[in-house]
Amino acid sequence: MANVFAFAESRGGALRRPALEAVTAARTIADATGGGEVHAMLVGAPGVASLAPKLGEHGADVVIVVEHAAFDRYVPESYAATAAARVKSGYRAAVFSASAQGKDLAPRVAAMLGVSMASDVTAFSLEGDAFVVRHPTFTNKTMATLKLTGSPAVITLRPGAVSPAAKAKGARIEIMAPALDPAQAKVRVKEMVQASTAKLDLGDAPVIVSGGRGLRAPENFKLVEDLAAAFGNAAVGATRAVTDDGWRPHSDQIGQTGRQVSPDLYVACGISGAIQHIAGMRTAKTIVAINKDKEAPIFAVADYGIVGDVLEVLPALTEAVKQAKAH
Amino acid sequence: MRIAVCIKRVPDMETRFKIGASGAWVDESGLKFDMSDFDGYAVEAALQINEKQPPGETVVIALGPDVVQESLRKAMSMGAERAVQLKADAVPADGFAIATALAAELKGGTYDLILFGRMAMDTQAGTVGAMTATLLGLPCVTSVSKLEVGAGKGTARRELEVAAEIVEFPLPAVVTIDEGVARPRYPALKGIMAAKKKPLEVKPAQLGPVHLTITKMELPPERKGGRIVGEGPAAVPELVRLLRDEAKVL
Repeated sequence: MANVFAFAESRGGALRRPALEAVTAARTIADATGGGEVHAMLVGAPGVASLAPKLGEHGADVVIVVEHAAFDRYVPESYAATAAARVKSGYRAAVFSASAQGKDLAPRVAAMLGVSMASDVTAFSLEGDAFVVRHPTFTNKTMATLKLTGSPAVITLRPGAVSPAAKAKGARIEIMAPALDPAQAKVRVKEMVQASTAKLDLGDAPVIVSGGRGLRAPENFKLVEDLAAAFGNAAVGATRAVTDDGWRPHSDQIGQTGRQVSPDLYVACGISGAIQHIAGMRTAKTIVAINKDKEAPIFAVADYGIVGDVLEVLPALTEAVKQAKAH
Repeated sequence: MRIAVCIKRVPDMETRFKIGASGAWVDESGLKFDMSDFDGYAVEAALQINEKQPPGETVVIALGPDVVQESLRKAMSMGAERAVQLKADAVPADGFAIATALAAELKGGTYDLILFGRMAMDTQAGTVGAMTATLLGLPCVTSVSKLEVGAGKGTARRELEVAAEIVEFPLPAVVTIDEGVARPRYPALKGIMAAKKKPLEVKPAQLGPVHLTITKMELPPERKGGRIVGEGPAAVPELVRLLRDEAKVL
């Protein structure tokens, strides 16, 4: 029986989905070791404690609340020192998300503890005293199985790899002071900026509508946005060619050097399907491609293809999706 | 300023990988190798900083067997002044073991700035930069898409999910580089010739203990694509029917 630590990420006073994924994964690990406790750490501005019950509903026995006025923003050194101080007190594993914040935080914590870690984990199990994890490698073209020994085992979970599951626990609250006063932190987030107008992140959206050079001009991305709006649960992505040309923000890029996504549905609009782009979306459950070149490589990975001018097909598809959604 | 850039040699990713005989890595025979994508951006970022704000020195560091010297020479042909190979028989999968070796090398280096790519394209872990910074006790900013440094401090932009952070930090610092900072230049013939004479120091890597190992490598199942529903807007009703009734995503 061993206790497991989970870092519950929040932003702007709201829990992020990766928080629930981390707590769910920690619950699975604790149960696999004979029913230890899950201790979830919640760091934020005063008032963040109000998010604790939600963590209890997903399997946290204890919520460690760390509140400070400076924690309305990420303070990497302070967050890492605080998480490390707590994990040092004795846990079998510490689970973070492989989100932008978790990817920054977890390696710092592991290094402070002097332990190795596994990144971007899509599946995990305990075998004897080792963690066996899987994670994509070589630009998602291969899948590696890795063995992580030592304790605590620090892992980051690929967003979406675990579905948040309800498991009601009492969630006792413990208040903890930051292990490093944020005033002493050298790295400061001076400003938070909205990177795009999107409300849904590419990592969270069940549907992604993505555009490439076939749209011919930046203003035609309106057609992609319209289709995304018709779905209602869609985010907008882009190819590297398009982000390099400044048609879309860099953060929208899907591919080898951009975001790697696994939505339920991926609609590739005017995208030829360069190998670098396919590396970022090949794990989508269903892929639709619209391209006027019937030889385009995107059709080789698409479940459904329409050969045609994306500027003509998109308005018709948007209308049809709107009607389908209305029923 | 004195800038160190830590790079990794990886296979060219524009290839169809096969699994090697060990079953735990790709078959490297016939593959082309180069420094990892983001590491190339990091080298370019360092060169641009020192070109805009001379004087400066860019030192490239790679851990691994002698073949990593190719990537170090490439970085010197782009303009880096010297190189250090931390010699090891193989590069472990364990980022902490690597960070331990890099921190030992960087500790006495009096660098103003230490750059990494945000992750290597082979192992896709992205842990070594932040771990090395932590071991060195240096400020660290990861996944930076814009970077400005000067006068003892720096400003960087970090991309998050649907947002970005503008971050300020003092030097010396460790920064890991994402795409967007600088496109790596192609080495000119003059640079390639000059690189042959630049100093490349070889030292044993003081790797930490290895607790993370790859036990198996597999190819994901091939996608069975290729079904054309139809041509032009006329195909839309059938596509929507398939999305609703067959794929069940509508």
